[in-house]
Amino acid sequence: MDRHISAPLKKEDIDTLKSGDYVYISGTIYVARDAAHKRMDELLDAGGELPIELKDNVIYYMGPSTAREGRPIGSAGPTTASRMDKYTPRLLDLGLKGMIGKGRRSAEVKDAIVRNGCVYFAAVGGAGAILSKAIISSEVVAYEDLGTEAIRKLEVKDFPCIVIIDKDGNNLYETVIEEGR
Amino acid sequence: MREIDAAKITETIKEMCIEANHYLTKDMSEALDKAAASERSPLGRQVLCQLKDNLDIAGKDMIPICQDTGMAVIFAEVGQDVHIDGSLTDAINEGVRLGYTEGYLRKSVVRDPLDRVNTGDNTPAVIHYDIVPGDGLKLTLAPKGFGSENMSRIFMLKPADGEEGVKNAILTAVKDAGPNACPPMVVGVGIGGTFEKCALLAKKALTRPAGSRAETEWAANMEEEMLERINKTGIGPGGLGGTTTALAVNIETYPTHIAGLPVAVNICCHVNRHSVREL
Repeated sequence: MDRHISAPLKKEDIDTLKSGDYVYISGTIYVARDAAHKRMDELLDAGGELPIELKDNVIYYMGPSTAREGRPIGSAGPTTASRMDKYTPRLLDLGLKGMIGKGRRSAEVKDAIVRNGCVYFAAVGGAGAILSKAIISSEVVAYEDLGTEAIRKLEVKDFPCIVIIDKDGNNLYETVIEEGR
Repeated sequence: MREIDAAKITETIKEMCIEANHYLTKDMSEALDKAAASERSPLGRQVLCQLKDNLDIAGKDMIPICQDTGMAVIFAEVGQDVHIDGSLTDAINEGVRLGYTEGYLRKSVVRDPLDRVNTGDNTPAVIHYDIVPGDGLKLTLAPKGFGSENMSRIFMLKPADGEEGVKNAILTAVKDAGPNACPPMVVGVGIGGTFEKCALLAKKALTRPAGSRAETEWAANMEEEMLERINKTGIGPGGLGGTTTALAVNIETYPTHIAGLPVAVNICCHVNRHSVREL
């Protein structure tokens, strides 16, 4: 089913999203990948406060190419989510509600998704040019020294993705394999 | 002895970096068109159409096909009768630096595997030199993204594992890669040689056109059989299910030791980029 939802995420949307739904997200989302996750994790270990608000928010696992003049961002497709698995359950327990990436997640992440009523979306990997068209603005909000791995705040309009793991733990990657044969 | 200007090499590499990251070679875009026409899953077709649109936008608006513009891998076939006025390695790295900075490409290289400080210009490149007869210089540039690179494998099989062992190794690597490697994939396979030789063969296999066949007859047959079997795994475009999991399987072989059967599987996503120039 095709759905249009807004970010930050609303509980009523998460509750009705099902694994396999095609979703267009509009609103504000954050961008963070490997190095930013590691730094946030170390900050939490040290008792610090995160540079972004997690509550109800979505993190997009992405590292853009350099923007040309006059454009908000360069190529901007998803990176492999499993590299963030080590850090993810903690962020979900702290209020993060959605993630956009590609590829499988660990059992620990799935459990944290179910425990906290969250959702894992995938965007199409290797479609960074077309996905960049759904990004209206991009601003580095933390860790600028990390270059492409800095934390960004994006305004998106109808950003296309697919629900992989819904709040009940249904996993599209597991269900489609049989049907696709 | 033929002289080649190092500055010419730098300029060529720079152009190749920009070209490879915005345009796929004809064999790859044709393979994608063919897949979109034959894919049986509606969602799979939707993904393949998105990838075709993505290619059009990339070339038209000069936005890299994928944000992971890769670590630059270069195969340099250097004629033994060529003289280069300066360091060939420096000339290539300077071309990569200029291509990635002036071409708005992503800087994805860190200076040390553990301290992980970004070098800021995507250097150094990974360069493989081959000395060949003649006075030519052939450069093949293949920017390699790491979503698929991370899913690549080496299997040091036993001679007794034979053909079935090789096929199982390929299938295992592809299934383990699944949705992580941005299917539909191109699967480069190196069989034989030593530990490092089979990896290099697998990487080089990825630069062969999609749809071409290996010179060795059994390898050519295995390419066809494995493409069919991989497309029956159900993984599909984007890992969302379907009949298109790979666009091509390219196998390269080399003599090996009496005690071994090394197999390397280098997985590449559908953005199997390369640019080839001869100077």
